[in-house]
Amino acid sequence: MFGFGLLSALVFLPLLGALFIFTLRDDEAGYCNARWAALWTTLIVLALSLYAWAQFDQSSAAFQLVEQRSWFGAGLVYKLGVDGISMPFVLLTAFLMPFCILASWESITTRVREYMIAFLVLETMMIGVFTALDLVLFYLFFEGGLIPMFLIIGIWGGKRRIYASFKFFLYTLLGSLLMLVAVMAMYGVAGTTDITVLLKTNFSAHMQTWLWLAFFASFAVKMPMWPVHTWLPDAHVEAPTAGSVILAGILLKMGGYGFIRFSLPMFPLASHDFAPLVWSLSIIAIIYTSLVALVQEDMKKLIAYSSVAHMGYVTMGLFAMTPQGVQGAVFQMVSHGFVSGALFLCVGVVYDRLHTREIAAYGGLVKIMPLYAIAFMVFTMANVGLPGTSGFVGEFLTLIGAFEVSGWVALFATSGVILSAAYALFLYRRVVFGALEKSSLMGMSDLSRREVALLAPLLLLTIYYGVHPAPILDACAASVDQLIKGYDAALSLTKTAALSLH
Amino acid sequence: MPFSFAIAHSLPEVVLAAGALLLVLLGAVRGANSGRLVMEIALALLTIAFLLLFTELKGKALIWDGAFIDDAYGRFMKGLALVGAIVTLVMSRDYLLRIGLNQFEFPILVLLAVLGMLILISAESLLGLYLGLELMSLSLYVIAAFQRDDVRASEAGLKYFALGALSSGMMLYGSSLLYGFAGTVSLQGISAALHGQINLGALFGLVFLLSGLAFKMSVAPFHMWTPDVYEGAPTPVTAFFASAPKMAAIAIMLRVVMTAFPSITSQWQQIIVFVSILSMAIGSFAAIGQTNIKRLMAYSSIGHMGFALVGLASGTENGVEGVLIYAALYLIMTLGTFAVIMSMRVAGVYVERISDLAGLARTDRMLAFCMAMLMFSLAGIPPLAGFFAKWYVFNAAVQAGLYPLAVIGFLTSVVAAFYYLRIIKIIYFDEPAPAFDQAGPVLNFVVLVTTLAVLLFAFWPAPLLLAVSAAAKSLF
Repeated sequence: MFGFGLLSALVFLPLLGALFIFTLRDDEAGYCNARWAALWTTLIVLALSLYAWAQFDQSSAAFQLVEQRSWFGAGLVYKLGVDGISMPFVLLTAFLMPFCILASWESITTRVREYMIAFLVLETMMIGVFTALDLVLFYLFFEGGLIPMFLIIGIWGGKRRIYASFKFFLYTLLGSLLMLVAVMAMYGVAGTTDITVLLKTNFSAHMQTWLWLAFFASFAVKMPMWPVHTWLPDAHVEAPTAGSVILAGILLKMGGYGFIRFSLPMFPLASHDFAPLVWSLSIIAIIYTSLVALVQEDMKKLIAYSSVAHMGYVTMGLFAMTPQGVQGAVFQMVSHGFVSGALFLCVGVVYDRLHTREIAAYGGLVKIMPLYAIAFMVFTMANVGLPGTSGFVGEFLTLIGAFEVSGWVALFATSGVILSAAYALFLYRRVVFGALEKSSLMGMSDLSRREVALLAPLLLLTIYYGVHPAPILDACAASVDQLIKGYDAALSLTKTAALSLH
Repeated sequence: MPFSFAIAHSLPEVVLAAGALLLVLLGAVRGANSGRLVMEIALALLTIAFLLLFTELKGKALIWDGAFIDDAYGRFMKGLALVGAIVTLVMSRDYLLRIGLNQFEFPILVLLAVLGMLILISAESLLGLYLGLELMSLSLYVIAAFQRDDVRASEAGLKYFALGALSSGMMLYGSSLLYGFAGTVSLQGISAALHGQINLGALFGLVFLLSGLAFKMSVAPFHMWTPDVYEGAPTPVTAFFASAPKMAAIAIMLRVVMTAFPSITSQWQQIIVFVSILSMAIGSFAAIGQTNIKRLMAYSSIGHMGFALVGLASGTENGVEGVLIYAALYLIMTLGTFAVIMSMRVAGVYVERISDLAGLARTDRMLAFCMAMLMFSLAGIPPLAGFFAKWYVFNAAVQAGLYPLAVIGFLTSVVAAFYYLRIIKIIYFDEPAPAFDQAGPVLNFVVLVTTLAVLLFAFWPAPLLLAVSAAAKSLF
């Protein structure tokens, strides 16, 4: 059976918490216990992840805290480990989960136990994705996350929750299954699905093309990239607040993580060939979805489209394959993790009071909810990419990275920054400023203490990383360097091989 | 070869045969109200047969004039068939009593059908194959129509019989062609006689033979009987049909192609690929519109048999291992699902519409959770057992270079996921329908154990993998 390494503990602790909640009674007292048990579990996981972070050696590009057990035999191993690229995501996951539990404290009143169980199982799956060092194990967690998310959207979601949950599930499943075929093909070549071995395996150029496309199908849907992003607005709008936070904060990052972990290092030649395609799709995503965001009338939908645009920067930066581009992409993902998460929480705050997400229903909130207005403003600014917030660093670095490779790409992408300012400020003006005329708004109270506790840490982090981005950048620097070196080496190898043929 | 040696190697079959005959006698003497007693004895006999599979005897033994082979492969598949039969019989005791089907003939027919399956699994010649197959089929025809005063059950039985007889005929014709061209009925003999060459007559024989076997496995295009029989027969009978005979059919399909035609893989591979794709497609698309859960499970089983054949299509030992793993896990999931279906009883009346499950999550949380997990597993979503079943068969196909088959298979499994999700949606998202009656300890136990198996397989796969690899080895 499994041992109890640090990472295993991180992965399976939430599951234990879920099992405990399973045994609780189904009444109001039980619900209360379920909330507390879930909160404590996520807090302990957070503490453990910080401990893992303390154990982590930033200067090394190798996988650390590795643990390995035999599993299915025949090349499938139970292997966990983290490097500079996955560590920030593990922390991000562990960090966001307590907020999700807190955000659902009062808004979820039915089937609380099931809700908490679903979230804890989801946490297991997400941490598993970022720590798995076996491709099948990775796939297991990657897909396994669909089950709790499907239930979260479907049971506690809004009006069109059933449509949204099905769309979310089937879209993602379709992409992932193509990836599974590729995994099998890779297994055929390497005889194992151990990621550390696969990273050293040379796949033929022809094979790389197909493998890359299969992985792309999965990660592009998850990311989501234009034109396969349509599930995201639906899922976001219908999901409960905490579900949206997790979707935007973590699940979207799995796609980007997949590109860094698999597509770029394992299929460098194909990545190089397809980079223009990815750039084009990224630019379309940045410009087109920003324009779409401008005309949205639903707050969540607007933020959802802005998420797609922001993920466009990530893919653009990644496939530039320059140190700034890749580090910027990692930073952008982490920063977007808490900025968009916080924005959804902000929407949740007013939604809990008025039970509508329609922008037109609000206006002039600044007069009765000053604290809320401040918090919302900081996150809006971070979303726009204002210098001094964490949103700026990621966008700026990815743009630099892209500029080094192609001026045109950077040029078009930069226009997205302006557009994002347009839609985000437009949203903010309509909700927070203006005259406070609607009678339904009069009775709204400002942030409660729980909500302050919810938003304050995110706010501090947004600003802290805005002025001092080094912790995240340093963490991934070594691994990114190694990634780029390997990538360049593979490219130059084929180039010299091609030259010697002439 | 000494008689006692042959007996020792076919002890489970001997026990079942003798026991069935004695039970007929007992039933005739004790009269109409001996149903309960016969049922218990039949269960005991099946359990004994199951335990006899684990005797000291190892290795292969070709007995009964080369018509019967006892090997690790056979013992594994017999184990699955017997588990299927035992569990469904145990589950159906109360059910049969409630719908007034507790005549003593029922357990005896099941015994005879299982005996047929065991012979079929161990068949090493075309004669043994036909003998086992007919013993199994004839018993199954009667079992399907056992609820005589029910129109649907009678129709199911009749349909099954008519189509089954046709397929038997095709198989006999195919066997006669093979015998004519190979000069022997022994499977190994056929392989030797063919010398790896493609002989048109033998090829025809092969096609007819495979068609007949495909019918028993209920793969498309020979699946027509399945939905009607599944829907028309009483639920315990359906559960039995979905488990034990499927295992036997898979077993003999594998044995025939791997033993008799290993050298002309490219020939039968096309056939298997074709029926596999067709089954997966029909199984997933036709199930979408179903409202009756048993009918839905029929299409689901057609699809799953198609998935299992993906492993066989690879024609490798890995592929055979994949099929065996698939069969074992499918058996678990099917038994669990049918245990849930048998628990669907409202105010004393058994119901079988999918919509009867509505809101189950609020009326019976445990049952809802188990059903949801079984459905996710049938859909092949990791980390549940169904995913690993798919992993092994598709991996074998990919290693054999059958990429299009793998891609098509996965695409159909997305479609299939839709209707499994629909059931989960009805259970979890919809407003509650009337609550089910208390299901009783046996059904609850089966549901719980199968769900746990499905959930925990990823943590502890070794026992099944070891057994499967030993079984697959003995076939090569």
